[in-house]
Amino acid sequence: MASALESSARAAAHLRRSELRNLALVLPVLVYLGVFYAYPVAAMMFRSVSEPHWTLDNFAQIFAEPVFLQVLWLTARISLVVTLAALLLGYPVAYVLARLERSKSNLLMILVLVPFWSSILVRTYAWMVLLGREGIVNQILLWLGLIESPLRLLNTTFAVYVAMVHVLLPFMILPLYGVLRGLDENLLRAAQSLGAGPTAVFREVLLPLSLPGVSAGCLLVFILALGFFITPALVGGPRDLMIAVLIQQQVDLLNWPFASALAVVLLAAALLVFAVFMRILGVERAFGQVRT
Amino acid sequence: MRTGPRRIPVCLAALVAVVLLYLIFPILIIVPLSLSSALYLSFPPPSLSLQWYRNFFSRSDWLDAAWLSIWVGALVMVLATLLGTPAAIGLVRGRFRGRKAINAFILSPLIAPAIIVAIGIYFFYARIGLVGNPMALVLAHTGLAVPFVVINVSATLYGFDRRLEQAALSLGATPWRAFWQVMLPIIRPGVMAGAVFAFISSFDELIVALFISGSTAVTLPRKMWQSIRFEIDPTIAAVSTLLIVFTGALFVTAELLRRRSQRLRTTAGAAVPA
Repeated sequence: MASALESSARAAAHLRRSELRNLALVLPVLVYLGVFYAYPVAAMMFRSVSEPHWTLDNFAQIFAEPVFLQVLWLTARISLVVTLAALLLGYPVAYVLARLERSKSNLLMILVLVPFWSSILVRTYAWMVLLGREGIVNQILLWLGLIESPLRLLNTTFAVYVAMVHVLLPFMILPLYGVLRGLDENLLRAAQSLGAGPTAVFREVLLPLSLPGVSAGCLLVFILALGFFITPALVGGPRDLMIAVLIQQQVDLLNWPFASALAVVLLAAALLVFAVFMRILGVERAFGQVRT
Repeated sequence: MRTGPRRIPVCLAALVAVVLLYLIFPILIIVPLSLSSALYLSFPPPSLSLQWYRNFFSRSDWLDAAWLSIWVGALVMVLATLLGTPAAIGLVRGRFRGRKAINAFILSPLIAPAIIVAIGIYFFYARIGLVGNPMALVLAHTGLAVPFVVINVSATLYGFDRRLEQAALSLGATPWRAFWQVMLPIIRPGVMAGAVFAFISSFDELIVALFISGSTAVTLPRKMWQSIRFEIDPTIAAVSTLLIVFTGALFVTAELLRRRSQRLRTTAGAAVPA
């Protein structure tokens, strides 16, 4: 009896020691991220209410001036449209790739992965070349006789959409593909044999089963789109001011407290979206599926 | 999901082909542009020439930027691997409270809007006089690169058979030796894949560099940004082509390492019958 207690106490002590060791392995990275990531971001956020003195004026300014409200609204609208477009274009691709044999789908997947790997700067530059006044798209349209004079494509909202969807599409396709690959095809066949048409199979079986992938993809694309900087800065027009570009401009103008307030709004929006997806759509489950 | 009896409808296949073309075409179009003999961007190129590549390799501002990016990336790779590998081990094995929250915190740089991190670090560095310092760039990039190491090492660790390590310990090996001679050889491909991703994440990073590199620590993405904005000439197409090939090769390496780690995992599992 006594020895049993003693050994269980020893086991508990051993467990505590090994847990302390595990914690010690994580500690360096926590300290590092604390100093070079969390502290700077926290200090920046603190600046938004503490400068020039304790005040909420920086936030009041965002919501009082139509120009800034416009930026918030535009950022939300572009992110939403980009997410929906990526879903509409990405779902068929993920579905077809998931139905093909592995060897074929791996080959076609290269077409998704190569853009995914290339830097955003390179891809945005490619769109500047394609959409410019003398660019390839205009030349093709002229050659086809569809237009008489070159269209203004670059530095428009249209360019922002086209380039942002291009950059973010792989973030939609990859989680969708992961979920659709793991799906049991027999379920679709069963629905078919019970008389369901293609639309019913999609609506009643495929879509509900792939929902974790849909929500993971939409969450990734939407949050990344909210903070997008490089693409709207290069291919957007002066009126296509997204929040990240506005933040950079304000930093350049040395309006640091105001830039900080904008950053707080952006972070709050991203966290809100994250929380909503977590609650309603069970994204955690989705990320679990993506891993396998 | 496997190939079913029903064939994929033609209109669906056509739609998918168009989307895949949309994804790959802009990447492919850069290559002929970089080989153009024209002095400005025109398509199709009047004739082929390597002048823009020569321009890149003969201009010191481009080469300096490329070297700086490679150096910064290499240091970030080393630091992030040294910080991330033990953290992944502690997180996968640990059962301590707050483990999930800590994991989420370590991975959060992946999804946090880059502009927020960038201005936070910029204000911090401006106060302590680190703007324009290459080492400061390394320190900032390392924080953003650590999640890639943690993710890749964790993935290999989930398949690691702990009995191998316990066997080493029971045969009298010190914990350090058990790690070095038993665990590390098995998780090495995951560690290396994480290291490659860490390198690329720094090598490609623009937004933080835009704020903190000043005029003295101009990285390649930063130089490209300036060039795209102010001097559009086809040199940038040549640089882009080189980058696509370079990062593509790195990603293929990382992917091969990941596959290798999966294979090693299964053979290691087979070596110790359950």
